[in-house]
Amino acid sequence: MHLHKFEKVWLIFGTGSLLLFLLVIGVGAFYKGTHPSSHLETIDLKNIESHEAFQPDNLGVTQVKEDQYIVNFVASAFNYDFGVDDNGKPLKKIRIPKGSTVLFQATTKDVIHGYQVAGTNVNMMLEPGYISRYETVMDETGEFTIVCNEYCGLGHHQMFASVEVYE
Amino acid sequence: MIATKLGISKSDSKLTMAFIYVAFISLFIGGLMGLLQTLVRSGSLSLPWGITYYQVLTVHGVILGLVLTTFFIIGFQYALMAKTVGISKKQRLYAWLSFIVMLIGTVMAAVMVLLGKASVLYTFYAPLQAHPIFYFGLALVIIGSWIACFVNFRQLYVWKKTHKDEKSPLLAFMVVINMVLWFIATLGVAAAVIVQFIPWSLGYAETINVLVSRTLFWYFGHPLVYFWLLPAYMAWYAIIPKIIGGKIFSDSLARLSFVLFLLFSIPVGFHHQLTEPGIDPTWKFIQVVLTFMVIIPSLMTAFSMFAMFEITGRRKGFRGLFGWFKHLPWKDVRFFAPMVGMLAFIPAGTGGIINASHQLNNVIHNTMWVTGHFHLTVATTVLLTFFGISYWLIPHLTGRKLTKKINNLGLIQTVIWAVGMTIMSGSMHISGLLGAPRRSAFSEYGGTAQASDWIGYQIAQAVGGTILFIGILLMVYIFLQLTFFAPKGQEEFPIAEEEVNAQPTPLFLENWKLWIGITIGLILFAYTIPFIDIILHAPTGSEPFAWPIGNS
Amino acid sequence: MENAEKQKSEERVETPNLKGTLLSVLLLGVFIIVSWFGVFALFLSR
Repeated sequence: MHLHKFEKVWLIFGTGSLLLFLLVIGVGAFYKGTHPSSHLETIDLKNIESHEAFQPDNLGVTQVKEDQYIVNFVASAFNYDFGVDDNGKPLKKIRIPKGSTVLFQATTKDVIHGYQVAGTNVNMMLEPGYISRYETVMDETGEFTIVCNEYCGLGHHQMFASVEVYE
Repeated sequence: MIATKLGISKSDSKLTMAFIYVAFISLFIGGLMGLLQTLVRSGSLSLPWGITYYQVLTVHGVILGLVLTTFFIIGFQYALMAKTVGISKKQRLYAWLSFIVMLIGTVMAAVMVLLGKASVLYTFYAPLQAHPIFYFGLALVIIGSWIACFVNFRQLYVWKKTHKDEKSPLLAFMVVINMVLWFIATLGVAAAVIVQFIPWSLGYAETINVLVSRTLFWYFGHPLVYFWLLPAYMAWYAIIPKIIGGKIFSDSLARLSFVLFLLFSIPVGFHHQLTEPGIDPTWKFIQVVLTFMVIIPSLMTAFSMFAMFEITGRRKGFRGLFGWFKHLPWKDVRFFAPMVGMLAFIPAGTGGIINASHQLNNVIHNTMWVTGHFHLTVATTVLLTFFGISYWLIPHLTGRKLTKKINNLGLIQTVIWAVGMTIMSGSMHISGLLGAPRRSAFSEYGGTAQASDWIGYQIAQAVGGTILFIGILLMVYIFLQLTFFAPKGQEEFPIAEEEVNAQPTPLFLENWKLWIGITIGLILFAYTIPFIDIILHAPTGSEPFAWPIGNS
Repeated sequence: MENAEKQKSEERVETPNLKGTLLSVLLLGVFIIVSWFGVFALFLSR
């Protein structure tokens, strides 16, 4: 099989670019630990409260250290349960101080849901029987929309919340 | 044995036209649904009579992504095979059987969707549960397509027996690669539908393993997009050169790229599952690397296309670095429509590389970016090439002529498509980067500033969608003209030839056992360990949920 | 015989001029690289 000289140049250039991309994401993933959400931990779908993180009292924002927070929540059609606010009402807007490291930790009670904090890299699937986790640093202030981005039924587009990052 | 005559007989025409009728009816219905979606999502329309956005979306995805594509491709491939290696009476009978089984399956699934019993979108993710008849319908479509696979395999096999020392015709080789790819890929989705979904939807199985079903779906879902793309590549490699008055750039390289597509388009499904919790990230990354391998044959194709244009142009006396570009028959719609499709593949393919890039997937996963991406790939690159094929194939089959007037309407149609898609897909890409979710009805998301930004882009999508629907109406008009009204005559079935002094094609390219063996080896490598992991570490299964989709 | 051989080898030497093709695909390559690093920058900044 004969290859034109320029085709060799192009294939070396093209494959080289692909290798460069792989190198960049490979170093990011394996050295810096920026893999996409792949927590590999299962949970009893019928009894999610068997896991400490998903007991009603532990839902919502918990401060672990200075600048370090955990956000636990449970998804179900068509709602995110972040626990209740001080007045006992369902929490729909969570607040995080700027510059914090936040670990989102979640599961679903019923069907598959998505979880994206729009404008950030927090984007993960929530699947029945699995715990999904993603850690990020929230270093821009503002209100970020939380959306369910995997179709979960007729009320899918009504499944949302928000995060406010404050100074 | 009776030797089969090459070429398209009346009965062959009927066969391919049957598939093409279904494809164009699907285009009209699916396109109308697309228009409704963009209007609903811009906030300017609410659907009457209790029809839901998601029902419309399911119709759109199933009928355009699965029905139009599969019917057009199989019909087109029957024509290519009849033309290049011939079809026997018995084979034609089986070909009709494939059509009827697929059609019955399609109607079953469609009725359930229209009754609102299957608003599960074309991916039908468990544990959302549709009516069992929907899954039976899907199974029949797959089984019908398998009959087509075996007819095509048999056609080439029979031809080979009487042409022992010849290489197979390029187009027949390509069709068989595509059908081998399709057969191996659909085994996954068939396993999910027949072993998992049907017993579970009938109540014989109480629960379903969700991650297994998704993994089987995406084992099929990525080669599916190559099953759409390869027939377009067939036209680019082996038909377009004839239309522009040139020759095939390289028969060997064309075959090699198809072989590479077979090898690398299947063991890559995890790149659709990058953000899922239950799959080991190392195995995700391994499949990302394999995904990058499947980019290489497209890089080769890009070179071959430009080279074919340049060589033809220079031979016609056009000089300079880009003089050859001018010689191209821009006013011949049989060239122009696929050419615009090729150009669309530049941003489309680039987007695909980004999507598959492991953690970069977090930026765009399940956002409107993805919708914008596949409206460039399948709904522009592939579809415009299919339109480009239709302009000569339909009149060839119906014994009519592509008149100057219809040709010019086709040019206008292509421009309308390009403009509409640039607006729609462009705004989808941007709003996706801003975080707008795909597959969602109109919502203000509690009135956040981000969500109001998205709505602006959704209005742009409705503008683009409306222009595209005008394009669909025009295309349906052209289809009707070419089928029933254009003047009688003979339209050429353009098949390009090799250069007179072309290098011989190496024989190993037709070593089917070798290629299928490596394909299976790569699939086993990429899937065995993670799949066993998924099953061994599975949570308890999921019971069905029918109420969230209104199926109860 | 010898003549035919000679002619054949001459044909093999004659390679088409594909300068425009090379430039086209390189531009395509640059487009891919720029777009990819654009989204990568977005990923890093978020």
